[in-house]
Amino acid sequence: MTMDRDFRGMMTSIEKHQLQRVIEHLQELGYRTVGPQVRDGAIVYDDIASIEQLPTGQIDIQDGGTYRLQTDIEAGWFDYVVGPHSLKNYLFPPREPIQQLTLNANGWHAETPDLTEPPVAVFGLRACDLHALAIQDRVFLEGPYVDPQYKARRERLVIVAVHCRRAAATCFCHSMSTGPAVSGGFDLVLTELDDHFTVEAGTEVGAEVIEHLSHTPCTPAEIERSRQVSLDLLQEMQSRTPEGDSPRPRQLETDGIRDVLMQNLDHARWDDVAQRCLACANCTMVCPTCFCSTVGEVTDLTVEHVTRERTWASCFTGDHSYTASGVVRPSIKSQYRQWLTHKLATWIDQFGSSGCVGCGRCITWCPVGIDLTEEVAAIRGEGT
Amino acid sequence: MPARPKLGVFKFASCDGCQLSLLDAEQHLLAIAEQIEIAYFLEARSHTDEGPYDVALVEGSITTPHDAQRIQEIRQKSKMLITIGACATSGGIQALRNWHDVEDFTRHVYARPEYIQTLATSTPIADHVRVDFELRGCPIDVGQLIELITSVVVGRKPRFPNESVCMECKRQGTVCVVVAQGRPCLGPVTHSGCGSICPAYNRGCYGCFGPKENAQPLSLMQHMHGQGCDREVLVDLVRNFNGYAPEFRAAGDQFEERSAGT
Repeated sequence: MTMDRDFRGMMTSIEKHQLQRVIEHLQELGYRTVGPQVRDGAIVYDDIASIEQLPTGQIDIQDGGTYRLQTDIEAGWFDYVVGPHSLKNYLFPPREPIQQLTLNANGWHAETPDLTEPPVAVFGLRACDLHALAIQDRVFLEGPYVDPQYKARRERLVIVAVHCRRAAATCFCHSMSTGPAVSGGFDLVLTELDDHFTVEAGTEVGAEVIEHLSHTPCTPAEIERSRQVSLDLLQEMQSRTPEGDSPRPRQLETDGIRDVLMQNLDHARWDDVAQRCLACANCTMVCPTCFCSTVGEVTDLTVEHVTRERTWASCFTGDHSYTASGVVRPSIKSQYRQWLTHKLATWIDQFGSSGCVGCGRCITWCPVGIDLTEEVAAIRGEGT
Repeated sequence: MPARPKLGVFKFASCDGCQLSLLDAEQHLLAIAEQIEIAYFLEARSHTDEGPYDVALVEGSITTPHDAQRIQEIRQKSKMLITIGACATSGGIQALRNWHDVEDFTRHVYARPEYIQTLATSTPIADHVRVDFELRGCPIDVGQLIELITSVVVGRKPRFPNESVCMECKRQGTVCVVVAQGRPCLGPVTHSGCGSICPAYNRGCYGCFGPKENAQPLSLMQHMHGQGCDREVLVDLVRNFNGYAPEFRAAGDQFEERSAGT
């Protein structure tokens, strides 16, 4: 939803259970409501009908290659951070038919499927998620080729965001200037205080939802306390230092990063990481900005009915760089280097911003715990 | 390919599970039979056509001198030879014999071991004859088998992505069992094709589809060992249905050697 007018300052206070009304109201408006919930030991996004499904009281301990949930009596409703899923799963689905082809007496007949699914409202998104969304918007909506299915989903998307008040060790949004405060691109944004939420609208839709709640205008002190939540976290992230056995807090030095990487394409570190990297593609699958796909035809035995299907692809396969003259990047070294230099360097040339939002998903969900912040530090000659 | 290519299905040392996948393609069977002539398939019909064949589907590994001869004859009678399953492609679970003394086994198992004519190793078909395509899996995936048959009939390349099991897990939204639970899992080094069944049921991947391209099992095993996973568990995991596939074999052997020193 676009920002029609400035809703800043329209911060109101709601009882926590009012969030149930938000879900119900959006459902009444025809939205499919999606939110965070626990499944198989992690917090994922899935359909949500009740606030009871939220992972209240859970926090996530994340490090390179590991993710564990913990119950924390002091944790609120949104004190976990990001899991393996992201908005990408909804706007740019992993597998989707883009054309149906049928052979009849007159030859091939092609049909583009209509988007019949209901609009989606997603709860619990963070600042990094919204920056990732803005990056995917540039990929799919700007330039000469607009992706029609992404566009149709994006225009109807409703976002209920949350200001983080806790960071995992793998979070480094403070380095990428993408968080922890949500700065825009939301319909509603919540700040969790001890016994209530303060809520701010970013769009007409968000303002309209608030009107349906039992709410009271925030006092200046409440507004101040709400703003302070993200500021405190930012300060904490900036001053984090390694502590005992706790996972090492991440940060990424972005100063001149484009040139540092592009001038070190023969650095020995690429050989080193190639010994560890499995080229399993998990980092690209969980990355909220990675957008590569491949298109293939699925046929029946008669080859009279064909579905043209788009699926998520990854630069960590030979297929990805297969051309008439062969595979351009056959080795893990060349694949990892392509991924990291695109994400952090040539993305800037291509799209005007970094492709990384500092969410840390690629660090956590790498089965062998490869950490891009460590790789960059090593290439900078800072050691690890 | 002729309008209705002749198909032969042949079994070597194996459990029959892969060739039965063809019969498991129930709702597609009649359509398949319209497209291809099933000329030799002992599990399905008693009538046998002695060839030559346009396509031979070969299941199983080579474990006897007789089979080593028989596969040569089948190759000579077949325009296209496709192996189906882990046994035919990497030697199968029976290739565990390759790390041991087979005569020692026959002495323990058989009253008259001298009647047993067997080779010291179980080896993949491609070690003996030229193979045109290898369909992975233990067992193979029915959907992939149909895709393969369709592509043979139509004369196009089958659509089998060269990618890890992880990519299927992530597309399905399955939470990684390695990262979230610390379970040993071969998914990151295994070829996709099964639809990531095991991780979706909270189990690690057994590597049924064999090594993916650029597989580095040693890196995965060392990392899991560092996370507290026993070395025996990891060697057993990699030395399984596809344990004799070169990448898995080398990783298992190297990991055992390195760990023996610690």
